[in-house]
Amino acid sequence: MDIALAITVGGLYAAGIYMMMRRSVVKLLIGLGLLSHAANLLIFTAGGIVRGRVPVVPNGQSQPITEIADPLPQALILTAIVISFAVLAFALVLIYRTYQTLGTDDLDQLKATDT
Amino acid sequence: MNPSIAVILPIAIPLATMAISLLAWKSIAAQKWLGLAGSVLLFFSAAALMWLVDRDEILVLQVGRWPAPFGITLVADRLSSIMVMLAGVVLFAVTLYSLATIDDRRVDYGFFPLIHLLLMGVCGAFLTGDLFNLYVWFEVMLIASFVLLTLGGERGQLEGAIKYVALNLISSAAFLAAIGVIYAATGTLNMADLAVKLRSFPDEGIVTVLAMLFVIAFGTKAAVFPLFFWLPASYHTPPVAVSAIFAGLLTKVGVYSLIRAFTLLFVTDLAFTHNLLLLIAGLTMVTGVLGAMAQSEIRRILSFHIVSQIGYMLMGLALFTPLALAGSVFYIIHHIVVKTNLFLIGGIAERRFGSGRLSEIGGLQRSMPVLAILFFLSAMSLAGIPPLSGFFAKLTLVRGGLETERYAIIIAALVVSLMTLFSMTKIWAEAFWKPAPQEARASLPARHDSRRGRIALFAPIVLLVTITVGIGVLAGPVMKVSYAAAEQLLDPDAYIDAVLPDRLAAEGDLDRQGKLNEQIPTNRNPSTLNGPPTSLRDED
Amino acid sequence: MDSVILRTAIRFLFPLLLLSSVFLFLRGHNEPGGGFVGGLVASGAIALYAMTHDVAAARRVLRVSPRVLIGSGLLLALCCGLAPLAIGRPFLTGLWINITSSGLGKVHLGTPLLFDLGVYCVVTGVSLVFVFSLLEE
Repeated sequence: MDIALAITVGGLYAAGIYMMMRRSVVKLLIGLGLLSHAANLLIFTAGGIVRGRVPVVPNGQSQPITEIADPLPQALILTAIVISFAVLAFALVLIYRTYQTLGTDDLDQLKATDT
Repeated sequence: MNPSIAVILPIAIPLATMAISLLAWKSIAAQKWLGLAGSVLLFFSAAALMWLVDRDEILVLQVGRWPAPFGITLVADRLSSIMVMLAGVVLFAVTLYSLATIDDRRVDYGFFPLIHLLLMGVCGAFLTGDLFNLYVWFEVMLIASFVLLTLGGERGQLEGAIKYVALNLISSAAFLAAIGVIYAATGTLNMADLAVKLRSFPDEGIVTVLAMLFVIAFGTKAAVFPLFFWLPASYHTPPVAVSAIFAGLLTKVGVYSLIRAFTLLFVTDLAFTHNLLLLIAGLTMVTGVLGAMAQSEIRRILSFHIVSQIGYMLMGLALFTPLALAGSVFYIIHHIVVKTNLFLIGGIAERRFGSGRLSEIGGLQRSMPVLAILFFLSAMSLAGIPPLSGFFAKLTLVRGGLETERYAIIIAALVVSLMTLFSMTKIWAEAFWKPAPQEARASLPARHDSRRGRIALFAPIVLLVTITVGIGVLAGPVMKVSYAAAEQLLDPDAYIDAVLPDRLAAEGDLDRQGKLNEQIPTNRNPSTLNGPPTSLRDED
Repeated sequence: MDSVILRTAIRFLFPLLLLSSVFLFLRGHNEPGGGFVGGLVASGAIALYAMTHDVAAARRVLRVSPRVLIGSGLLLALCCGLAPLAIGRPFLTGLWINITSSGLGKVHLGTPLLFDLGVYCVVTGVSLVFVFSLLEE
């Protein structure tokens, strides 16, 4: 399972980077989204994957009895997802406005502020 | 009252200011006054924090009474308190300046709440003692800066923002991946706990890989070579007040994080990591200043100089001696004040002519002699002319380099210094000495300010110039503060002991945790699992 | 968006969605749920209303400006964080009280609930600022 997830993470990174290298701003944004998904999945895999056991230490015990997944990475991912949701929502509005103002979504045309 | 309350105030005050000014959205005057009041309060809380840290060395706040490494820890050591103090100074100066320059439309879109959101992120990043929490503060800061950058929606702003947003999101993704890998490797994200665990980490190669991931993540935020391209593409596009606060604070959060990571966490493979940092520092200095020399617009020149000066700050970190690190801290103090100020001064020149292109402006020495003096002092300080603040910062760094016999970087630093002087002279000659151009070619109309407006424009600049000159005159005491901060940074044990007071007791069960790790192979983090003690909750 | 089906459905869905958002919010106390999800469902309800009617109508239904929601939510959360300082506990420590009322039996109340209410308001407000500004184009 870990290996399948690791391959997925790699695939997401590859796809994300490929998309970011395209000239269209929309594709750049999709690439960024894929990149953040890849990072989230990476953290998820890092937490160890175990099916269907609750990560709660029973009363009177000091450590879990059965093998369980670490819940902390999942909490981290939740936070990261919320943040990337907000950031991507903003970025969508940004590229929409840019398209309205500049009339293009081609990154090669957006060179006026470059040096 | 517990002194650790002071640690939360620099985060709580901007939050409260933001919340209250959101409630007072309808009144533009109220927002302006609230913004000013919030900045004054932040300044005083930062001063209090600095005083307390000077007395108690390190202040630690375990949020919600969850002991480290399980909960979120806020830590204020000398470096953090200096950074928060500088943030307070910059916020106050920029707020004053924005009273006169930010138009009502932008205030109506939420300029002041956003500035305070930005400051909350900046102060949070300076004060946190937890890596994931640092990520969250980075994002708070980034979201605020995205909106501030695009506020107003002019063509250049949108275009610059796309580059800024894209590159910063990539660095956030790298940061997140680094957090995931470091958690998988060590099972903790608390910086003090990480420092302990990374020291005895069996596989040195993985630690170095992690260090490189953090170089990419923090390096992009700090705008080091070759990750700086977002900065000169975007910093000259928003209103001057926004540029100035970005120039003063944002990249320095990246530098601060680099300093924190490479004094506390990644100190096992100095020969590789810190030599790489030294190389990056040299290249950053040189490329930044070369970029600046090719520019002909005030704010673009200044943006490239930010990049070049990030190199100096890294130089001290890379040399890794108390003296060199003190030089870095001194340089940060000097740079934040001077850089913010130069952007504000450049803003006045732009305002006078409606353009920042050097070919379209001129004659400021005659028409605004006060401004000329103020610019001259700041620019000479940036270039490092004695007896101004930049001279002592560079002198300390060079002495640090001589101490460790790294002559190449010293030569680079001195040459870059000369080129900075050249570039400042260019602005001086074009904007101040050259007679004003005859026909108005500027794209924007020139503006003339009322008397009250002029006070709001000049007061922050006079304040910052006074601080610059003050740092030069009182170089001894400032140096003492920087040196104390550097010594504290190079002694991570004090930091660790402050955050994890019962570390010695915990060290005993490290072996026990090792055994647990063998029993439960997929569970990489036994320490958090038996961690959040349920008994804690019952006490409440 | 002009769809008869959606407009008819929203008349029934709107109160249901709001109710379920409150349910999610309260459930978050001990089980999956909480202010964030609750706030999202509430803003979803109002966004649907704004799509089927118009933004002005949705603003009327909301009664307060979304910005006021954000501000008050943040203040509430901050106050909950600062409250424990008054009795000498660190920032954000949960304070709990047990209330025994005749109708509800024993109720366990505390600052985390209020904090979550703040989150609820902020999430609703922020997403509505986004939705309204996009719909108002």
